[in-house]
Amino acid sequence: MPSNLLSGWGWLKQIGLLLLLLSSAAMAVEDVVSFSDESLRPRYQQLLEELRCPKCQNQNLADSNSAISQDLRAEVQRLLEQQLTDAEIKEYLKNRYSEFILYRPEVNRATWFLWAAPVLLVLLGVSIVLRLSRRKQSSDPEAAVKSVRSVDQQQRLDELLNSHKRGSE
Amino acid sequence: MNRPTLFIPFALCLALGAFLFFSLGKDPLDLPSALVGEPFPEFALEELHEPERQLSTDDFDGQVLLVNVWATWCFACRIEHPWLNSLAEQGVAIVGLNYKDHRKLAQDWLRERGDPYQFSIFDPRGVLGIDLGVYGAPETYLVDAEGIIRHRRVGVVDERVWNEEFRDLYQQLMDDANAE
Repeated sequence: MPSNLLSGWGWLKQIGLLLLLLSSAAMAVEDVVSFSDESLRPRYQQLLEELRCPKCQNQNLADSNSAISQDLRAEVQRLLEQQLTDAEIKEYLKNRYSEFILYRPEVNRATWFLWAAPVLLVLLGVSIVLRLSRRKQSSDPEAAVKSVRSVDQQQRLDELLNSHKRGSE
Repeated sequence: MNRPTLFIPFALCLALGAFLFFSLGKDPLDLPSALVGEPFPEFALEELHEPERQLSTDDFDGQVLLVNVWATWCFACRIEHPWLNSLAEQGVAIVGLNYKDHRKLAQDWLRERGDPYQFSIFDPRGVLGIDLGVYGAPETYLVDAEGIIRHRRVGVVDERVWNEEFRDLYQQLMDDANAE
């Protein structure tokens, strides 16, 4: 079966994986960008990290080398030079490329659940743990066993026990 | 714990599975459009064939029309082109937006394959492209008589897409425009 075949290719696969790992380091795209004011550069980098490439989707503008990302990087630079704030630049691009371009979506009707879900899940988890631990503390073993038995079963058990008692008397 | 509550995790798993399963059919490239319902962005660009002619939204002239974003480097545009030619023959007004291209190449391309466009906006640097939120070619916008974008299609518009997405809306917009 294929396992023989695969083991023969094992070394090739390992080299392939190694190459893949190495390549990721070289992925980040570096343009030569010059600013009139160097203080814009950190904001530029920050914005490119948070804006998504509309064409390639799983990359931000900093990582992607697609033509549209190059254009949008230039656009971000141009807007920074025009003294727009980060929020204004995001708004500008959102008006053209929709909310999709923001890697950190704003809180609104469509996204509130996304933002609230982690908190809600933690609260849910805490409440489950609390309920379980409280039950364990409050219940003695006898009560725990009893809770498993249905009413019918308990009746039958009582009858059996009683009949046994009567028999032994 | 009583029996029914034991099934809650199972039901949640089923619901999650169903959600993920139905999400599989969604096209991740189908981005929501920010501009549908908004006016077509203002622009000032040259005409492709007549560089001395400056174009703006005034040249739309209150027509219901299609704006087709295309380029010679765009392979899918070749597939789409015959259908645009046939739409133009049927009397649909189409404006070309030549996107990030070379003037000479684009002119040759249209000479070879036919020119379905009333006029062609030449946007070599993709300026109008960014204002429209274009992220690839071809894209096609349906603009109404008031200059409002009413529909956007990212990707090829062929006969099937036209019939499914454009035809009825186009007809309705034409009727509205004629009624006024």
